[in-house]
Amino acid sequence: MSTSEIIAPDSPIAEEARHKAIVFDDVAIAFENQPVLDGISFELPRGETKVLFGTAGSGKSTILKLALGLIKPDRGRVFVLGYEVSNMPEQELFDLRRKVGMVFQESALFDSLTVRENVAYRLIEEEHMPPSEVEERVVEALRFVELEHTLDLLPSELSGGMRRRVAIARAIITQPEIVLYDSPTAGLDPITSTRIIELIVKQRDVYHTSALMVTHRLQDAFIMASHYFDTEANEMRPLAESPKRDVKTTFLVLRDGKVIFDGTAVELAESRDEYIREYIA
Amino acid sequence: MEFISPIDYAKDSVLAVQEYWQLSMRALGNIFRQPRYLADAVMQADIIGVGSLPIVVLTGLSIGASLALQTSDTLQRFGSLSLTGQVVSLSMVREIGPVLTGLMVCGRNASGMASELGSMKVTEQIDAMRALGTDPLKKLVTPRLMATTVMLFFLTIISDLFGLVGGFLVAHLMLGLDSSQYWTTAYQSLGHSDIEMGLLKPLVFGFLIATVGCYYGLSARGGTQGVGRATTQAVVAASVLILVADFFLTRLLMIV
Repeated sequence: MSTSEIIAPDSPIAEEARHKAIVFDDVAIAFENQPVLDGISFELPRGETKVLFGTAGSGKSTILKLALGLIKPDRGRVFVLGYEVSNMPEQELFDLRRKVGMVFQESALFDSLTVRENVAYRLIEEEHMPPSEVEERVVEALRFVELEHTLDLLPSELSGGMRRRVAIARAIITQPEIVLYDSPTAGLDPITSTRIIELIVKQRDVYHTSALMVTHRLQDAFIMASHYFDTEANEMRPLAESPKRDVKTTFLVLRDGKVIFDGTAVELAESRDEYIREYIA
Repeated sequence: MEFISPIDYAKDSVLAVQEYWQLSMRALGNIFRQPRYLADAVMQADIIGVGSLPIVVLTGLSIGASLALQTSDTLQRFGSLSLTGQVVSLSMVREIGPVLTGLMVCGRNASGMASELGSMKVTEQIDAMRALGTDPLKKLVTPRLMATTVMLFFLTIISDLFGLVGGFLVAHLMLGLDSSQYWTTAYQSLGHSDIEMGLLKPLVFGFLIATVGCYYGLSARGGTQGVGRATTQAVVAASVLILVADFFLTRLLMIV
């Protein structure tokens, strides 16, 4: 990969970033002179999931787009799998993005392609795989989200929840090292939301994928922090049934473009910060 | 309505020109870079070329007929009705064929490109494409650029031909001109420079239609209203650019 030469350990941050999935170092960005993020710094260790909270417009989705290099920060550095994406030409970012999957807020499925073509998109575009193998991988990814019967449907023929699940299948088909979820349960009913969260937990516990997840729904985040995926039963179970397990899920709360909390679910629940207490109440 | 200061307006305009230029040059350069989406280019050629054929044929036919009818009156006053074929062929090949075909294809396809790409932009499909490791300029813009440029070239030839046929129908059926007289003057009056001018223009117009349509589509913001705005702006900008470019190309080719 040509990006291997991009990173130079020119600072302790860059050196440390080699061992992390994602590192944000003093990142700031403004849109039309309105600051959205102002000095954001955090780390996502490999194999962990970090849930981003914040009110609408607090810059949560912007963090995901920065991590994917879709937009560039005005200040600061963003490292993904050791590569500095904030300073990387678009052409090299295309290579790095093969290792990162993203589930967009409104799914962002290609509306003129079938579910099969959407899920297979990355395999067809980049890997020049034999069609039989592509089909096998597509069915496998769709089976993961329990939608293998929708292969020939168009996105417009699916419900909102099904579209999100297809988007998850598309994001994970190449087994990326990192998955970014942008409000994967927004606008969905509680049952469908829990189903989506179960898939995210499954991805976390079965494939040990690093993930950043943006959400407004506290209950989704707490489900993630308090459940693990039982591969034998093929379902999510409360952590109380297996207390020694580490679900590796932490929380990050944004306010006015700054990080006001970065820690575990227990630390969040015990926080004495007025804003956080009000937020989680 | 929000007031924009003249300085901000000037800055935005310069930025838009810069972004358009970058998009155009990258789309052009992508023709020579891997991966090449030839299947997409062929599909676009079908949509743009074959899809535009009926309007181009009808436009060519009617404008050729009108041209013969309009000029016959003046030519008759000077006793030069026999030159109708020459007037129609020179006008069609040098000027009206390329410009009118360009404008018709622009109206049909610049709007189509802007609305299609604009819809993809506002529904985050463009971002999704980038996130999936595909360069939208290579996948979406370059095939449209190749298809529009190549197909407009051939559509212009077809339009010129049907313009001459339209002129012939009027000259023969309404003005009573002999068919061999019409076709001989039409053929003999055309020189190399006329053909060159007539075939160079559609290449430039095709480039403008595709790049302007794609630029406005990829710049769309603000939901369905933004897509509608981008579509309108694409057609207006591409049409104006075709007319302006036509003037300068004509002047340049007359000097050369």
